[in-house]
Amino acid sequence: MSEAVKVAIIGSGPAGLSAASRAGQLGMSHILLEKTDHLSDTIFKYQKGKRVLATPERLDLRSDCRFAEGAREYILGNWDEDAANNKVQVAYHAEVAEVSGEKGAFAIKTTKGDVYTAENIVLAIGTQGNPNRMRCEGADLPHIIYQVDDPEDFKDRHITVVGSGDAGIENALGVAEEALENTVTILNRSKDFARAKAKNVADMMEAGENGLMSIRTETQPKKVEPGFLTLETPDGDETIPCDVIVARLGSVAPRGFVESMGIEFTGPDREAFPKLSPIFESTVPGIFVIGALAGYPLIKHCMNQGYDVVEFINGNSDLTPADEKDLAAIFEGLPKKKSVSEWLEYLRTRVSIFADVSPLQMREFMLDSKVAFYRKGDVVFEKGEPGSSLFAIADGFVEVEVGPGVIVPIEQGSIFGEVGLISGRKRGATIRAGADGIFVEVSRTAALKLMASVPGAKRAINRISLERQLLQIFKGGLTVDDLGPVVDTAEVERVPAGKIVLTEGEQGDDVYVIRSGSMVVEKDIGGKPIFLRYLPAGSFFGEMGVLSGAPRNATVKAAVGAELIKLTGESFRKMLAARPQVREATEAAVAERAQMNSFIESRKASYSSAVDLYSDTASFIMKEGLGEATDALLIDENLCVGCDNCEKACADSHEGLSRLDREAGKTFAHLHVPTSCRHCEHPHCMADCPPNVIHRGPDGEVFMEPGCIGCGNCMRNCPYGVIRMEAAPPQKPSLLRWLLTGFGPGPGEPSPKWTKKQLGDEKPKKIAVKCDMCKGIAGGPACVRACPTGAAIRVSPEEFLSIARLDEDTD
Amino acid sequence: MASLFQRRRSKATQVERVRERRHEGFLRYAGFRWAKISGGLCLLIIVSYALIDVTPRHNGGSWYGYTLGTIGAALILWLTALGYRKRKMTRDHWSLKAWTSAHVYLGLSLIIIGTWHTGFQLGWNVHTLAWALMMLVILSGLYGVIVYATLPQALSNNREQMTQMQMLEAIRAFDRQLHSAAQPLTPEDTAPVLAALDEDPFAGGIAARLSGRYPNCATAAAYRALSASRSSDAEARTKVVGLLSQKEAALARLREHLRIRALLEIWLYVHVPLTFALIAALSAHIVSVFFYW
Repeated sequence: MSEAVKVAIIGSGPAGLSAASRAGQLGMSHILLEKTDHLSDTIFKYQKGKRVLATPERLDLRSDCRFAEGAREYILGNWDEDAANNKVQVAYHAEVAEVSGEKGAFAIKTTKGDVYTAENIVLAIGTQGNPNRMRCEGADLPHIIYQVDDPEDFKDRHITVVGSGDAGIENALGVAEEALENTVTILNRSKDFARAKAKNVADMMEAGENGLMSIRTETQPKKVEPGFLTLETPDGDETIPCDVIVARLGSVAPRGFVESMGIEFTGPDREAFPKLSPIFESTVPGIFVIGALAGYPLIKHCMNQGYDVVEFINGNSDLTPADEKDLAAIFEGLPKKKSVSEWLEYLRTRVSIFADVSPLQMREFMLDSKVAFYRKGDVVFEKGEPGSSLFAIADGFVEVEVGPGVIVPIEQGSIFGEVGLISGRKRGATIRAGADGIFVEVSRTAALKLMASVPGAKRAINRISLERQLLQIFKGGLTVDDLGPVVDTAEVERVPAGKIVLTEGEQGDDVYVIRSGSMVVEKDIGGKPIFLRYLPAGSFFGEMGVLSGAPRNATVKAAVGAELIKLTGESFRKMLAARPQVREATEAAVAERAQMNSFIESRKASYSSAVDLYSDTASFIMKEGLGEATDALLIDENLCVGCDNCEKACADSHEGLSRLDREAGKTFAHLHVPTSCRHCEHPHCMADCPPNVIHRGPDGEVFMEPGCIGCGNCMRNCPYGVIRMEAAPPQKPSLLRWLLTGFGPGPGEPSPKWTKKQLGDEKPKKIAVKCDMCKGIAGGPACVRACPTGAAIRVSPEEFLSIARLDEDTD
Repeated sequence: MASLFQRRRSKATQVERVRERRHEGFLRYAGFRWAKISGGLCLLIIVSYALIDVTPRHNGGSWYGYTLGTIGAALILWLTALGYRKRKMTRDHWSLKAWTSAHVYLGLSLIIIGTWHTGFQLGWNVHTLAWALMMLVILSGLYGVIVYATLPQALSNNREQMTQMQMLEAIRAFDRQLHSAAQPLTPEDTAPVLAALDEDPFAGGIAARLSGRYPNCATAAAYRALSASRSSDAEARTKVVGLLSQKEAALARLREHLRIRALLEIWLYVHVPLTFALIAALSAHIVSVFFYW
């Protein structure tokens, strides 16, 4: 057992290294435990020469180690120097197996059997977990890699992929791209590929049939040598040439290890983080958690936290976090002068949904939020404006224009804007400040994080949103009190895409409100389901059954994955009985829908083929996932001459890269859905963006602000394949010069060959590129403006599937 | 985050008006606005030509002739500017569809403007050369309008959701499969298969590209040869014959795709160079007119 230290830091990544450096600078006794033989293993394993970005730019670095954007080698070199200069005590090959004891006397046992004692522990182990290593002879050779950052780094090599899960297959498919001219082999220990997604397996089999890779089942590596790999096959051993081995054998997530120390997490789901105090202390006194494991995936955050946590352990209670000045800037414009912590406390005590939020979480939410002072009568937002942020009233009150002349107040402490947050649709009503007041605007990402980590806040937001949604549907004839019984019996149901919620002809009187997602209404006419209507989030259905008691007269199914609020028929009927004017409004809506149904039915009789085409087109549009779109590019192939001017215009309106692929995508009845962003109601790309740079803009566009770190999460999360990872090409010569002298690549995205020639050996960082609907360009989307024949249009599904179109088509 | 919280709409925000949502082709644009304007212009010219008495007679040199000539020359320059407009992605609001629509209808009106400008005095000189070139440009443009109106459907039907790259990829995939499937064949049968593998799907020249006929197609020849052959192992040969017919179908699709695209583009190789010839002849015409004034 070695001498006891004040703090033991587990993990030597940016967070751990920065913590150890601070301890070194303070002269605090410490030990930095690293399981490998080098510092910062995650970055060490990056490809050679890979650029590491230093985002967010606005955040100052506070660390004893240097960090600025640069190549992997440069950053690692700096850190090695800094560690030495700061007199960091490192124990290499120290993989922690077990932690016991309590604050003041922890015992940390490594897998080698060494025991370190420490008063405090800083956990900075990241979230990557430990990839399972290869276990055969030669498994420690350097040409075995555990991740593939960029398949294009491999050209004309013999590559063997070990492991047949999704990660392995995806890597193999990446490097097997024909243009790279690699010889790719994928090994599977068993006979079938049971662990991978069917789509991946099918793609792999196709690549195998096309001779792009060889797939070897019941085969495993036996011996690794430089340049060769010996395989154990059913027919005996075989040696194949092999320059690179990609081992994707799964990994062990760190959560189990963290929980074994007694540290509690905020919840059971995968996104949960350890519960932490404002000084990063976990639920076990003396154990501090920082970095990615604490929910901060960016390098700069990690390094700042490393510095801060050691200062806290050293008893520095006056230290304000590095983001203090950013928070101060957020509160700057407010009339009252308070310190940052006073403001945070003010908001926490005055807004009900912030009541359960810890001070540390509060800081984080506020960084993604804005506080503003509004004068009486100021418009906060207008009806029909896109927006998905959540507002909270810290002071004053607001007035909601529910209908013409109908004004409903929302009191201090409550929230508004939650419908936009939950449904992802445009604002449902105009909101004005009712008195001079202070409102907090929480961005969608921060609000979703708040709901995920603070159950009380989630319950409050959900209840309020349901009440408001109902109030809005029934246009003011109701009060919150009337809704009490309805809301109490309401249940939230999640339905997957394609699931039938109501079946035509069945009995039932439940009423549904669409919380998010969308539905399609179909009716069986002449033995064929005919599309009647598209129901966006915020609409309701099933009300005919309650009013008439008759069986359902149409089938309703989910166009995309959706959330429904089910209201029991009984409570709904009671509410209608209590409020006759609401009953009237509902009956009017029912009559309108019935009229539209009979219109389509009558058209069916006279213009059967037009109605069939309309119905089939609608089904196609839904199948292509446009049910969750807010604004999609469609191409009429009756008019498209294939000039690709849309793509060229897109590239030239941006930094030289086209964000759409006209030719790719599905077509039905000459209606083509090209590969381009649809600006989903709930964008999949936003789900997991570490630097949080994907937002929704004022025109409803989903765009990326600068600061992408090139991780590719958004690209993988987009089900429609519309995000590219690409580096901007160099500046082209001007159009006039090209027209007159032919110099340069001409309009549109330059060919990779031209770009490569211009760049030489430079390899710029690839970042995510997606459609921003020509944000900030007054003329509107370039793809549509530049279409010479009028084939390209941008529409939302409800515009496209409106009854007016059917009318147009049959006339 | 700043942009997320933009309270007041900035000027750069797109107003609903500029978002093209109406679904109408360039010929029908804005209820045939440019057809009406151009038709009205032609009518005006024909009627005024008949009513206005120019002495000694109508020709390009009268005040009326000069007026039509100026309008025509200005129109020609403006119509030429479409090529620049199409490629210059400025950030203000304009619609290329509207430009195309105006280009087509105003371009057609040049038949009247140009011809009536001559006062029907044609001869073998640089003035008539300019007129003739103009008519050729309009004729080639007319062809363009016709193919733009009729061929896109065929292009869409033929490609059946495949991209050109995928068509090429499909052919390459059949080639790879053919390569391995042909291994057991006799040398006599292998030769035509090898020839098919070596075939360049783009070869054949402009005539083949436009007609879609490739009489010397090595894949078709190999298919015929192997279907008739009896020399190799029957099972292996059947597999190769099957692959060859699949490759032929894939080639046919690609060739039809290229044929339609060529038909959609070929006229531009006439229209654009002739436009520049026209501008040159027009300059000569104008300079010589002023020289002899």
